[in-house]
Amino acid sequence: MEDTQEAQEKQVPTIPRLGEPAPQFEAVTTHGPLRLEDFKGSWLILFSHPADFTPVCTTEFIGFAQIHDQLREMNCELLGLSIDSVYSHIAWARNVEEKLGQKITFPIIADLNKEVATKYGMVMPGESKTETSRCVFVMDDKQILRAMIYYPLSTGRNMDEILRLIQALQTTDKYGVATPANWRPGEKVIVPPPNTQEMAAERVKDSGFECKDWYFCKKDLE
Amino acid sequence: MACVNPDGTVTESAKALLSSILDPLTPEEISQRVGQPLFKVRSSLREMTAAELVKEESGKYAITAKGKEKI
Repeated sequence: MEDTQEAQEKQVPTIPRLGEPAPQFEAVTTHGPLRLEDFKGSWLILFSHPADFTPVCTTEFIGFAQIHDQLREMNCELLGLSIDSVYSHIAWARNVEEKLGQKITFPIIADLNKEVATKYGMVMPGESKTETSRCVFVMDDKQILRAMIYYPLSTGRNMDEILRLIQALQTTDKYGVATPANWRPGEKVIVPPPNTQEMAAERVKDSGFECKDWYFCKKDLE
Repeated sequence: MACVNPDGTVTESAKALLSSILDPLTPEEISQRVGQPLFKVRSSLREMTAAELVKEESGKYAITAKGKEKI
């Protein structure tokens, strides 16, 4: 018994890695049983919240619901998660609509057995052993994990940043560029730096770019 | 179950989906036709295939005789 307990305590929790396939799952949701593979072909934001019927989570849910249409225009779906029952999720979503006037249009996973939360490393025992932290996992249309954000229980997430992140990732994929700090759509993007001396010499002569030096060039998108 | 109620009746969104596949369609075509997200269509088709309301052939889904009784 002691050996088992010791072994459990020694288990190192894992989190998914960027650039690798997102862990597959099948889960009970407010829209019925869903598999991660059901979302293939569209981008997906899988996000967790600590608990239903709590104030910060309620503001976040309203925020996510308010950007849902914009995300769908970018071929991106939303999928929420917490360690609550599906009945709790249904009651909370109905309450948010009734009391705060915001319809919750995306599915929410009822992860009572923590199966999905464990696969994605959503529980931070230093904060809470019974709740998921405020995690965001961005997957592309091939279900490769492209970005992760972890926020603590106390701090609500910024929906503008989540939208900006999707816009930046999709811009990177479409144009083969990177995006600088605080980038917004319509602003100049970063041209990936040259890999050879010859390419570096050619880069500084290229009038199509705005270069500070050979490694630091920006350009407008067409 | 998300599409089939305990009494055997189906939800309104499931009826809309069933009504759209009198001729076989792919999940993508169904999604466009009924205006439901593709993930929802895939999940519903899985459930209704198990309930024998829908049958799949070569990636296309069509309503069965049992399915027609539900709409």
